[in-house]
Amino acid sequence: MRKWMLLAALLVVAALLVSACAQRQPAGEAPPPAPQVTDDIGVLKIGPGEPVRLAYALVVAGPDETLGIDSRRGIEVAIDDMGGKLLGHPIELVGEDEGCNPEGGQAAALKLAADSRIVAVIGTNCSSAARAGVPTLSKAGFTIISPSNTAPFLTAPDRGPDFDGYFRTAHNDKVQGAVAAQFAYKFLGLRRAATIHDGSPYAESLQQVFADEFRRLGGTVTNQEAVGPEDTEMRPVLTRIAANKPEIIYYPIFIAAGANITSQARTVSGLENTVLMGADGMFSPDFVDAAGSAAEGMYLSSPDFEAFGAAYSDFLAKHQKKYGEKPLSAFHAHAYDAAMIIFKAIEKVAVQGPDGTLYIGRKALRDAVAATGNHAGLTGNLNCDPYGDCSDPKIAVYQVKVGEWPPKKVWSPE
Amino acid sequence: MPGIRVARRITGTDVAIWVTGAVLITIVVVGSVSTLASGRYTVRHWVDFLVAGLANGSVYALIALGYTLVYGILRMINFAHGEVFMSGAFTSYFLARSLEQSGMLNARPVVSILLLMALSMATSTTVAVLLERVAYRPLRRAPRLVPLITAIGASFFLQYTFRGLYGSGVRGYPQPAILDGEWGVGAMRILREQVLVIIAAALMMVLLYRFVQRTRTGKAMRAVAEDKEVAALMGIDVDRVIVITFAVGAMMAGVAGVLYALMFGQVRFFMGFLPGIKAFTAAVLGGIGNVPGAMLGGIFLGLVESVGPTLFLDGLGIPAPNQLKDAIAFSMLVLVLIFRPTGILGERLAGKKA
Repeated sequence: MRKWMLLAALLVVAALLVSACAQRQPAGEAPPPAPQVTDDIGVLKIGPGEPVRLAYALVVAGPDETLGIDSRRGIEVAIDDMGGKLLGHPIELVGEDEGCNPEGGQAAALKLAADSRIVAVIGTNCSSAARAGVPTLSKAGFTIISPSNTAPFLTAPDRGPDFDGYFRTAHNDKVQGAVAAQFAYKFLGLRRAATIHDGSPYAESLQQVFADEFRRLGGTVTNQEAVGPEDTEMRPVLTRIAANKPEIIYYPIFIAAGANITSQARTVSGLENTVLMGADGMFSPDFVDAAGSAAEGMYLSSPDFEAFGAAYSDFLAKHQKKYGEKPLSAFHAHAYDAAMIIFKAIEKVAVQGPDGTLYIGRKALRDAVAATGNHAGLTGNLNCDPYGDCSDPKIAVYQVKVGEWPPKKVWSPE
Repeated sequence: MPGIRVARRITGTDVAIWVTGAVLITIVVVGSVSTLASGRYTVRHWVDFLVAGLANGSVYALIALGYTLVYGILRMINFAHGEVFMSGAFTSYFLARSLEQSGMLNARPVVSILLLMALSMATSTTVAVLLERVAYRPLRRAPRLVPLITAIGASFFLQYTFRGLYGSGVRGYPQPAILDGEWGVGAMRILREQVLVIIAAALMMVLLYRFVQRTRTGKAMRAVAEDKEVAALMGIDVDRVIVITFAVGAMMAGVAGVLYALMFGQVRFFMGFLPGIKAFTAAVLGGIGNVPGAMLGGIFLGLVESVGPTLFLDGLGIPAPNQLKDAIAFSMLVLVLIFRPTGILGERLAGKKA
């Protein structure tokens, strides 16, 4: 009895499937002549009415989620500015969380790489996730633009073919670390500095650039320490640092560990008056909330929002209208620019069939992004170099005041 | 048989273990001597290291008690215990915020902290008792691996429940002003929050020890730990004792949660994971199943993590040794287990029960 019912059910399902398939392909209609588009790494075909699928791989969950949500909003505003459409096709945004760590970057990349309808990926936020995830995305043929990766190796001349098709609109650490060192040495007049990183490529290279530049200017680097990203007890490492009496501690890490260092530094003897400084990874109201009153007066380096073009204030107005609040972190404008560069490049290379089908050569798209020059973005005038650096780096230093966001700009180079 | 000598054969494994032990000890001794000889750190710094380690270790010890109590009775590792700790701390955060806003946190700090602890303990206990009832009791007769995997599942379930309810960001835990500042005697110096943590943890541990050793329920717990079947024959309600054991362990975790939050000033849904693993390590270090062992193990682990990187590695010229503190802590675990396979105060379980 049971067997018969199962068989009957299977037959019904099969019949439904057959009829569904049959409906897709109306009989008797010849397919329209398709334009001949060839490409070294494949052509993406987007049928009439089908969306252009853009993906993100950003840290949209977890302690650093403000960083990713902020970037995602930048992309969403860019899509709105396009009227939600590109060459007559709706723009669809899908995405994965990259967790701000190598495992998350790898997982997000594998998931996205399985979707061959994706044309390009905006991400990752964190350099650690990029190191693990970008090779997979690159092999899938996508064009990848990161709004906030800053580790130098990602766009170094010797980065290798794993990073083909990878670009970024964020500033290279080489710029930010040097600006921080100049601020400490020239503006604050400090001569002894200590640094702390958390083992992430972002923090490690940023503090190294800082230390090199600080030494070059004539200062002394007393300690270059490291903690784990999940560590909470920071007093031992701070006590080590205190033994060498630095005037400033530079710890360009992320929110959770950064807040722990900030709140504990003041309780370590010898560090009561030491200047504290972080970078754009902690540039978020969440950081100030987690660090509490100890964050008062500390410095954070971040993109210089005042140096952004006039279009930036329009962007802020749209952002306020859409989300009802100020940007949560530092890379919304970079994400907006990344999305716009991709849209412009698609407009340039996409071939349109007579029925509205879009043909996008994947290699051609990468080449078009690489050829981006004089792109008037929110973050400045963007030009891509052969290794994927597209940014127009403008960095400023901000001073935190508890209960106020965003903080006030106190210095920028020149 | 008399007259025949049975020589214990030395296997390759034994040699490997001894060599590992000897290498670790050499590193520790050479590193410590050269760090101390360099004179880079004054007595004051060492006191700071020790006090930070003691405070952190006290919290580990409190959490470790939960592991050890449950293991003693059920021979099961409750891997969701870190989340029991987190649930208490996270829930008390909301009370702490409203106490801060009403000004009570600073006006009546002692009452406020006691209230926070009461709420945290109540939440942790509820979570642990429900966990036992829903996840572990139905599996009591199942093979030992089954409750272990269930515990890991329960751990994820609790973590992501809190993430779903309250989001995944870091939240700043309000600090009462009374805990700011420090007391100092000569080179000695101790932060007020560290005093609170150490004293509160010590008090809880003494209470627990007396509870287990002196009360009827404590006696019943020890009896069930000794032998469940015989205890049941003696008229002990085994299910009740197991629930009480989970509850007592969870109360310790609840107190630890508030202390941890006050010491580090932040809570998040993932905060229970690492302290949970560390406390489990502490319980093994001290001899799992043994109550004073868990206390000792926790404090030992806290001290090694705090003092170890600088004492052992600074003199060897290893840069940024603090990122190796987990490696050091686990090397110490290996070292202890080489010489005392059942932990510092561990009973010889191997033949008896396991």
